[in-house]
Amino acid sequence: MRLPEQVTRLGTVIVAILAIVLLLRFVILPESLFSARPHQAAKVEREMAKPVRYAGATSCRKCHAEQFDAKYGGAHRNIGCENCHGPSAGHAADEKAGKPPKPREREFCLGCHAYQSARPNGFPQVDPQKHKPKKRCVTCHDPHDPVPPETPQDCGGCHGRIERTKALSDHALLACAECHQVTEQHMIRPRQALPTKPDTRESCGRCHAVGTTDPAAAKARIDMARHGRSFLCWQCHYAHLPEGPK
Amino acid sequence: MNKREFLKDAILFFPAAGVLQALSCQAAAKDAAAPAASAYDPTDHWYGMGVDVDKCIGCNRCVEACKAENGVPDEPFYFRTWVERYSIHSNGETTVECISTKPAPVDQVAPEDPGIVRTFFVPKLCNQCAHPPCVQVCPVGATFQTKDGVVLVDEKRCIGCRYCIQACPYGARYLNPNTRTADKCTFCYHRITKGLLPACVEVCPTEARIFGDLKGKADRLVRFQRVNKIAVLKPDLNTEPKVLYADLDGEVR
Repeated sequence: MRLPEQVTRLGTVIVAILAIVLLLRFVILPESLFSARPHQAAKVEREMAKPVRYAGATSCRKCHAEQFDAKYGGAHRNIGCENCHGPSAGHAADEKAGKPPKPREREFCLGCHAYQSARPNGFPQVDPQKHKPKKRCVTCHDPHDPVPPETPQDCGGCHGRIERTKALSDHALLACAECHQVTEQHMIRPRQALPTKPDTRESCGRCHAVGTTDPAAAKARIDMARHGRSFLCWQCHYAHLPEGPK
Repeated sequence: MNKREFLKDAILFFPAAGVLQALSCQAAAKDAAAPAASAYDPTDHWYGMGVDVDKCIGCNRCVEACKAENGVPDEPFYFRTWVERYSIHSNGETTVECISTKPAPVDQVAPEDPGIVRTFFVPKLCNQCAHPPCVQVCPVGATFQTKDGVVLVDEKRCIGCRYCIQACPYGARYLNPNTRTADKCTFCYHRITKGLLPACVEVCPTEARIFGDLKGKADRLVRFQRVNKIAVLKPDLNTEPKVLYADLDGEVR
């Protein structure tokens, strides 16, 4: 059977139009007209190509090994060089590009080391008005290996307020360890390993029970069997300042 | 060649040439993309950050580093990352202030409020949610999640409509006044894809911030996740944040 010529012609036109449309859609026109994927890929590439300004602490070591190693052995070991010296990728790539700044003002150090009550316990802080107010920190402390002139060995380094209160009280001569057991971990991560508190009445009774002979506790002897039996002593008496100042 | 044959050949020639050209372009693009893909494969990574709240000293170095690295405007109300100070009062009230906007004076100690029971700093940034609400609301598809889990904003597509700023439950986005487009933390995407740390992690003096790859078996962040009690911000919104907070106080929102 032979198709009429009109049908073949019409068929050719339809096929041609279909071919052109499909060609336009899938080959000639870019995918970015229909999908977000090329835009996103281009954005990711642009983002990855952005310039780096902080070179990273390890890249400083190549030339400044002495300072790096001094810092690594000290209390500032976790602080990246660029924390104080500013973004230095340019200097790391080409040392002629200018030297990174050396902050020497007192205010710079105080940004971290001025006392704020919200700072974690154990973080070394000073009262800026009481601690050598006119001096620069770097005159006494080497910023790459900051060793305080007197390393705090006792609990007062962090618990200064308690220590000062206790110094005024009848318990001034008692060591902290008399009542609290402090683990080594407490010095490293204070809130994760809390010191113990006395959990028995006998802990205070060693000095304060009737019949004991410690002369220092002579004016506060208690009949442990009759006085406040259902409480621990420190639930009523503040052991760091028992019954007011001396 | 008569007119009819010429037209026939021409009709066939032009589309065929178009097809060939398009195919050769695609092949060339594939060749060019191949070495880059072997150097960095985003599907191998799933980035996250750990924040140890107990270690933050509120020094604002991370905020300054972020601004320097990413060109965030200097005004103290445009932030990709910022630090908040929480104070819990004895009457149960909680007050929050952004110390990046108004840093405490360094030359004197602020008088202490005896009504404050406890107070601490919380660094905040884009949580790079696994299910980001900001991506859902973008009307032009300008913000999207990369294969390594970072949410980016395409500044060429963004129309600055601010829907995403409204949608972010963490307030992590702002409208950049220079480009008039939305902007946010990218985990320093240009750094992490080169194997560097984000700028804020690089400068943090107490290692309160830890950056890592949640797909890595022996990664620092995976260890951080294992040894700490981890919380995320607003877990009830099911955004599945990838910024993990260790020892987070229940009052932090």
